[in-house]
Amino acid sequence: MTDFEKKIARNKQGDGLFAVVGLLSTFVGMLTLAALIFNLAADGAARLTPHFFTSFPSRFPAQAGILSAWVGTTLIMLVTALTAVPMGVAAGVYLEEYAPKNWLTGLIEINIANLAGVPSIVYGLMALGLFVYQLKLGQSILSAGLTLALLILPIVIVATRESIRAVPASIREAAYALGASKWQTTRDHVLPYSMGGILTGVIIALSRAIGETAPLVTIGALTFIAFLPDAPVKGQFPFISFDWLLSPFTVMPIQMFNWLSRPQQEFHYNAAATGLVLMAMTLIMNGIAIYFRYRFRKRIKW
Amino acid sequence: MKTEAGHIGERTIRRALPVGLTGQKMREHIIEFVMFLCALSSVAVTLGIVGILVTESWNFFAHVSLVDFLTDTQWTVLFENPRYGIMPLVTGTLVTSAVALLVALPLGTIIAIYLSEYASPKVREILKPILELLSAVPTVVFGYFALLFVTPLLQSVLPDLPGFNMLSAGIVIGVMIIPYVSSLSEDAIKAVPVNIREGSYAMGATRFQTAVRVLVPSAFSGIASAYVLGFSRAVGETMIVAVAAGMQPNLTLNPMEGAATITAYIVQVSLGDLPHGSIAYQSIFAAGLTLMGMTLLFNIGGYFLRKRFREIY
Repeated sequence: MTDFEKKIARNKQGDGLFAVVGLLSTFVGMLTLAALIFNLAADGAARLTPHFFTSFPSRFPAQAGILSAWVGTTLIMLVTALTAVPMGVAAGVYLEEYAPKNWLTGLIEINIANLAGVPSIVYGLMALGLFVYQLKLGQSILSAGLTLALLILPIVIVATRESIRAVPASIREAAYALGASKWQTTRDHVLPYSMGGILTGVIIALSRAIGETAPLVTIGALTFIAFLPDAPVKGQFPFISFDWLLSPFTVMPIQMFNWLSRPQQEFHYNAAATGLVLMAMTLIMNGIAIYFRYRFRKRIKW
Repeated sequence: MKTEAGHIGERTIRRALPVGLTGQKMREHIIEFVMFLCALSSVAVTLGIVGILVTESWNFFAHVSLVDFLTDTQWTVLFENPRYGIMPLVTGTLVTSAVALLVALPLGTIIAIYLSEYASPKVREILKPILELLSAVPTVVFGYFALLFVTPLLQSVLPDLPGFNMLSAGIVIGVMIIPYVSSLSEDAIKAVPVNIREGSYAMGATRFQTAVRVLVPSAFSGIASAYVLGFSRAVGETMIVAVAAGMQPNLTLNPMEGAATITAYIVQVSLGDLPHGSIAYQSIFAAGLTLMGMTLLFNIGGYFLRKRFREIY
């Protein structure tokens, strides 16, 4: 072999080696994920009984459950979704379909990009000062829901914009040609075609909100709640009550954090079980999002 | 688009049409305005964040001198003789972030090169979503993992490691931010024009040589943004450090010790029941402002780095 051939062989070897290193590096991430799930399952699976979902937290680890936590999470997600989705989609539609190119639009766009990089705990500080004390909403489900809504707003806006941008101009032009107004075009054509992408973004955003702990701790979530918020539906007139909005709350990640920061091992098992529930919800939501993305990409052929 | 003739035409048409159409026009304007307000709300959020952090910190600095805040080596706000030196919290934050970046930057870059240059489309389609799940895992679950899995694992190698330490928290944060680094870097590498890649192959370079000597330098400004985002995530990460690194402010650069970060301190104070308006209450806003300042500094640094290395094709 000449020197030159040797050099080529060596280069090829380096190339092959990197392919292995690259694959191994992705495996580091995946192994971590697997280890994490196995670790949680090993510690917590035994605690996942129906009793665990229907009991309040307790001093006795074996009797404690996550009833107040999952109810809190559900109600807060309701507030978050009802606020962030309409606002985020509207903002995304405006920026993509309506906004004139001027300094204000530019400012809004830079601002959204920067908001996505702000640490979540800073949103919590803002909410503590603004929602809890200045607007006097208190340490309530409403404050918590609004905080998480602001946190996921940039994700919803970016997802909306991306999927609206994918709708070809010819669709809009066809609608205009038939005399549709801008809003009619947007409502009847652009939005339905981009619904898949928007939905994917919304699900991913909500799955992030479910796991958020820090901002809710900051606005003063309680770690021990042995009662449920006022029921939203009543037996008497006017049948619907909004008192639950101002109720104190806890959520699943905070319940998990609370159990995790206790020294007794039995509480750690409870934390693991809560973690399993959280992981299951996150994985299911992300799975749905991936499936949607895959299906809509396949189905729509412009 | 609207010419003078168009306007006249519109007016004539409207006179001929039933009144309903002007009502519709009105509705269009209202809808547009409402959507504009929604878009503007994001600016209001930023103003809210800056406004609250600055006003509450202002109250804090009315009691504590800025010099003490920046130079004192102890942070004992909750003690009887409080001292307000932010340094221990800043070092805690920097050490955990440094460990995280030592894990995430090399792995994230290698994964980005692998996914964009080596992996077949099919493999990429499977690997990417799984990898992105890493950033979807609730951080408190990662905290559990760091405290009860990684720390014991590390202790079997380093027997002197305390139960709360910055090393295991940092490593786990690093794994968590891998997808942020890898997916942005991959986008940047993919955006390098094909002719540059082909030019390199034509000179007889292997994929590895092309990636390391041509693609990564060409895409460096995009990769730098990925690194800056990774840093922002690491600095702002809260639950992993609050669970696994301990809550004791500790002025040290040794990752084998436990120490509170800025975020962990905010959590610690929030968990207690502090009266609104007390110094300890205001101190979390000063800490938050410091955190924002650090991210901002790094972002500005990243901006100049990107400008310096920007490649225009």
